[in-house]
Amino acid sequence: MSFAWAKQYEPKSAFTKWVDEKLPVPRLVYNAVGAGYPVPRNLNYMWNFGVLAGFCLVLQIVTGVVLAMHYAANTEVAFGTVEHIMRNVNYGWMMRYAHANGASFFFIVIYLHIFRGLFYSSYKAPREMIWLLGVVIFLLLMATAFMGYVLPWGQMSFWGAKVITGLFGAIPFIGEPLQIWLVGGYAPDNAALNRFFSLHFLLPFVTAGVVILHIWALHIPGSSNPTGVEVKKESDTVPFHPYYTAKDGFGLGIFLILFTFMVFFLPNTLGHPDNYVEANPLSTPALIVPEWYFYPFYAILRAFTGDLTIPFTGIVLIEAKLLGVIAMFGSILVWFFLPWLDKSPVRSGHYRPLFNKFFWLGLMPCMGALFYLGGAKPEEPYIVLSQIFTAYYFLHFLVILPIISQIEVPKPLPFSITEAVLGSDDKPGSSTGGGTHPKPKDAVKDLPGRDPDGSLQPAE
Amino acid sequence: MTIRLASIIVGLALTAVLVLWSLAPGLLNFALPEDPPYYAYQEENIQPAGGFVFEGPLGTWDEQQLQRGYQVYKEVCSACHSLKYVAFRNLEQLGYNEAEVRAEAANWNVPGIDPLTGEATTRPATPTDYFPSPYPNDVAARAANNNAIPPDLSLMTKARKDGTHYVYSLLLGYNEPDPEDVAKSPDFETPAGLYFNEYFYNINIAMPPQLYPDLITYSDGTEATPEQMAEDVTAFLTWTAEPSLVERKQTGWFVIGFLFFATILAFLSYKQVWAGLKPKKT
Amino acid sequence: MASTGASDTATTAQADRAHGDDTQDGVRRRDWIHIAALSTAGVGAASVLFPLVSQMAPSADVLAASTTDVDISALQPGQSVKAEFRKQPLFVTRLTDATMAEASEIDVSSLRDPQSFEDRTQETDRSVLVQLGVCTHLGCVPLGAAEGENKGEFNGYFCPCHGSHYDAIGRIRKGPAPTNLAVPDFEFVSESVIRVG
Repeated sequence: MSFAWAKQYEPKSAFTKWVDEKLPVPRLVYNAVGAGYPVPRNLNYMWNFGVLAGFCLVLQIVTGVVLAMHYAANTEVAFGTVEHIMRNVNYGWMMRYAHANGASFFFIVIYLHIFRGLFYSSYKAPREMIWLLGVVIFLLLMATAFMGYVLPWGQMSFWGAKVITGLFGAIPFIGEPLQIWLVGGYAPDNAALNRFFSLHFLLPFVTAGVVILHIWALHIPGSSNPTGVEVKKESDTVPFHPYYTAKDGFGLGIFLILFTFMVFFLPNTLGHPDNYVEANPLSTPALIVPEWYFYPFYAILRAFTGDLTIPFTGIVLIEAKLLGVIAMFGSILVWFFLPWLDKSPVRSGHYRPLFNKFFWLGLMPCMGALFYLGGAKPEEPYIVLSQIFTAYYFLHFLVILPIISQIEVPKPLPFSITEAVLGSDDKPGSSTGGGTHPKPKDAVKDLPGRDPDGSLQPAE
Repeated sequence: MTIRLASIIVGLALTAVLVLWSLAPGLLNFALPEDPPYYAYQEENIQPAGGFVFEGPLGTWDEQQLQRGYQVYKEVCSACHSLKYVAFRNLEQLGYNEAEVRAEAANWNVPGIDPLTGEATTRPATPTDYFPSPYPNDVAARAANNNAIPPDLSLMTKARKDGTHYVYSLLLGYNEPDPEDVAKSPDFETPAGLYFNEYFYNINIAMPPQLYPDLITYSDGTEATPEQMAEDVTAFLTWTAEPSLVERKQTGWFVIGFLFFATILAFLSYKQVWAGLKPKKT
Repeated sequence: MASTGASDTATTAQADRAHGDDTQDGVRRRDWIHIAALSTAGVGAASVLFPLVSQMAPSADVLAASTTDVDISALQPGQSVKAEFRKQPLFVTRLTDATMAEASEIDVSSLRDPQSFEDRTQETDRSVLVQLGVCTHLGCVPLGAAEGENKGEFNGYFCPCHGSHYDAIGRIRKGPAPTNLAVPDFEFVSESVIRVG
């Protein structure tokens, strides 16, 4: 798809014409991330993280393939080969630190990308499919990151693998055989390490495939923007190249400065010291914690401490362990339903006073607390706190969001992106170019859903 | 509509389960963890006056210090602790030349095979060999050390929180228990065969105190105080854990400097591209 | 759907602003900053390639293992030992007087790869011949170093893969191999030990 005014790819030389006829990859790129993709002109820096996430995926694949050239997935030698990479391989330490910190930065970028989607309701129609594919990518990333953390075969690797595969043991009836099948034994060993390595190598390429679908789905409605008002005409947009390639280039520079600072000066800060101790199946570390980016989900997992029983009978309906597992997976699965739970026709949080309050005073502190609590010791007051915030997490998405989207009175929206940027706009059909004389405010600010041109549709 | 109704019901049900079956019992029995019933270990590590020379973004190795630290490892630690990820050839990084490394390696015996009979034996090490373990296997290590295996030291300063300072503190941490704290924790005792060390998370450590004044004679004439030896061997163990530490930081300065330059250019380019497109809001 | 509101008289102001009617100087300055930014990015990307390529070169442990000491004290004239040098077979031979004499007689200029006996041994001990047991054709291990192996038509070494014949001091005489068996750098550490590499 494209807007009617999108620039067309015009091959100039005979060679590019020939390529364009046989396999129009340059045209594809031109339309995807080149001058042929019109993008709203008012995107803020929160819109940088999509490109950065793509960069992170490439970074992880390149450094990962390099590391795989020197790593051996065997419990006898895996820890030693990682040390071999750190000590003997030329620039091996750089590759490994870039890969390990790259995983953390990938998640930082992804969380900011998701944050953007949540605040600006990027999940709403017509962009539901982009959002759904994004959640799939997030799940793939979590699986990949978890399996990658197991590969060095340190203490946290081993016990992380044991605890996480142990979650599957909570499933009734099939749990225990499923768990044994997953690790290929009674505890993680060579079989588990080898399959984790295989899948850790495979999944990033699967992710890359889903990323292509994610971008494809994006190009059908086009990018959203901070006002949430859809693009109406050419003055609302600029070509992706050079406007957003230049902006993304600057964003990439900032990202790389922060990233290389961690790689070269604090490379082990985001990791755990116990993973520099070789795995010992007979000795558990004092506190088993996942990598920081799993903390919120780990906090949700641990929040369920009581079995669901029928009161006064002692009959256990669902064990606490299973409740935790259900809640942990459920906490991400709710995102799949988000486009249909939030029915407000207004997208941007800026124009939704009630949503805005719950977002900044509810969800954000809640996520911050869960990030902290997931890494805390399993003792009071952390348990009670993680239960309170877990409850809020589900209430926010499953109860509060559907209700506020029903009762909320949104603020008036700008008529168009052009107006939002320039402070004024001409109605369609006006013959002069954009932005010379201001219009009376009430003449252009319609309530959502009432736009005569139908460009602002309810999210259903 | 149906889906939102269902969602509200599911959300309330899940919250109810959490609140009634997990949170409520938790609150009823709410009890903050009591003060540790046992003597608490010291989480704040000490460090030498002025810190270590390799710390900080500009820190570099002090080769003399690393050589002294190697001497401490060789004459004290290596009796019980292995250094299995470090090869003798790595000692060149401490400022020894190739011939010195070859000679030093020959002072150590590593497991070998008799070329005539094929029987297991030992031979002098060569630069490509790794530091040998003092024990043939874990069982022997356990048997010789009151059931506690002396851990490998190659990665010790990365394998503990705040590792460099921790190792330094631990080596000097064989103090007398604080009588006040002892009075607070009636169960406190130091079993036979263990030693009180306030920086060890279990308080009682299997390793006896090692560093006494003039335990070794430094070849460069430095006075061998316990603090000096602890600082030197900690520096050496930081090097064994991360030989690329200094190279890494120096590369980092160069990379980040370049990136700052590139980012400024990218910013100017970005502003240039957008110039003219965004008139000021009227 | 979003394009329904688009005006068919869409403004061209944006294009004007993007390309501008700046003065010649303005255009040049603008180009300069883009060229500088892109070149810097290019330099950055190229320097990232260096560690990516370098990591495939031999690592420090492989490089350190690139010398081999061989004890030749027990080697009798006419005998060879096979040692390992850089993960490749190394033939160390104590030549007999007859072989040495014979090898010196041949007219060097008639050989495919002209090398004299002196070229292939060291003055310290002419009877010690050290060569890589790697056929210079395609890398097979030639026969002839061990007792009872096929020594080929020139009583030296014979490569069974493609039929290269070497003489007693490893010079190519017949077959597809282009050069003599390689003689690595080595030195006598003592009378009885040589260090190769």
